[in-house]
Amino acid sequence: MKRKRISTALAQGKREDGRGLMDFRKIVIKKGILEKAEGSAEVWLGDTRVIAGVKVGVGEPYQDTPNQAVLTVNAEFTPIASPTFEPGPPDETSIELARVVDRGIRSSEAIDFEKYCIIPGKAVYVIFIDICILNYAGNLIDASALAALAALQSTKVPKYVAEGGEVKPLDASEPLELRDLPIAVTVGKIDGSLIVDPTADEEDVMGTRFTVTVNQEGNICALQKSGPEGLTLEEIRKAINIALEKAPEIRKLLMES
Amino acid sequence: MSKKKLIVKGVRLDGRKWNELRPIKIEGGVLPNADGSAYLEQGRNRIIVGVFGPRELHPKHLAKPHKAVLRCRYHMAPFSVDPRRSPAPSRRDTELSMVIRNALEPALFLERYPRASIDVFVEILQADGSTRCASITAASVALVDAGIPMRDLVAACSAGKIDSEVVLDLNDIEDKEGEADLPVAYMPKLGKVTLLQMDGMLSPEEFDKALNLALEGCNKIYELQREALKSRYVKQGEGRSAE
Repeated sequence: MKRKRISTALAQGKREDGRGLMDFRKIVIKKGILEKAEGSAEVWLGDTRVIAGVKVGVGEPYQDTPNQAVLTVNAEFTPIASPTFEPGPPDETSIELARVVDRGIRSSEAIDFEKYCIIPGKAVYVIFIDICILNYAGNLIDASALAALAALQSTKVPKYVAEGGEVKPLDASEPLELRDLPIAVTVGKIDGSLIVDPTADEEDVMGTRFTVTVNQEGNICALQKSGPEGLTLEEIRKAINIALEKAPEIRKLLMES
Repeated sequence: MSKKKLIVKGVRLDGRKWNELRPIKIEGGVLPNADGSAYLEQGRNRIIVGVFGPRELHPKHLAKPHKAVLRCRYHMAPFSVDPRRSPAPSRRDTELSMVIRNALEPALFLERYPRASIDVFVEILQADGSTRCASITAASVALVDAGIPMRDLVAACSAGKIDSEVVLDLNDIEDKEGEADLPVAYMPKLGKVTLLQMDGMLSPEEFDKALNLALEGCNKIYELQREALKSRYVKQGEGRSAE
């Protein structure tokens, strides 16, 4: 029923909430909303509401990257966000979401991991981005990627110094240096139609979701196709072009917020 | 990112050209207890896949009244990589299990088996890069071996960018040290891409080139899958007539 209604409307270029196929809902970005996190942001995408918090600490580097900071992205689908979300360990959807957000930030090399090394092989900055879904109304990936980036923009990194092989905190901090602003644009396919920024109802009937993350130079820095249907080459090309066109618009909003 | 040369005078570290696949061996029907199975070698990748079903789904509340549930588990043996990894599923394993399921599902007629499950278990015995693609290639053969009807075989192959060049079928070091990795799964007869991921950095032009290269790789692997399946049945047929 729902599928037929949404699909028929889409074939005529219409969506249930009155948007065009290529329109995002209203995007609101608020940075630095929390005091105890080193960085934070809240993003609304229509009724979808997401908070990202950044905590920065000091820890050991990974063995294979002894002079690089550690980045960890985690997502929690809190039970308040939807009657269908249940408390418990992260399921595959939340793991995928966190990994897609992580991939965009990592691949774009937005953070200079080598800059945030304190003592090679021993102590590096550890940056945690935790994404907390407060209300689910579709398109969590784009909202979360945006919230993560906005939170990083507001992040103040506490300063440490290396003294005789020990790490000592200084009573000072400086803004996190971001070298890029990777924007995720998710394109949904419902029957023959491609749309951006799907609602929860649209996601219910969507056959495929395809997320394209675009960096400042207009290069592609992450892709993720998900869902039980395939994509034709033509659909892939269209989706990439949609993302290349939409990403700068969203980046502009982010920079103005 | 450390800068180690991955291409020297047009030749990759393992001796391949930019558009060359690693040696591939596919064998169907290798596990007596599974309904279908396949073993695959691609370079130093060693992967074994077992398929069970369609069979009754447990626990029952997960069953769907109008179609079968496809379940996939991608699992790496602790000794498959260096250093040893924990046998417990990682976040990466959870994501890969999901994308492999999504890559195979478009090929299956799940609506024919209400309330049932089809289970695909992938065991990585040795990992050497592009294991998600190799898993999909092997799983397709195992599904056919299980006698499960399919719309098409799903063939998978990666492309990527190393030393600023677009190349086919990344091995482990090329994946780790390279600039981009683009795993693709494809149903050649239907012209549908069923897995598409990327990490790293590609310009839109490089992406087009890499995607086309990966699809060429898929087409070659598709032929190898068909040969593996044919030779198995030819051999079986010969065996029977000799009795």
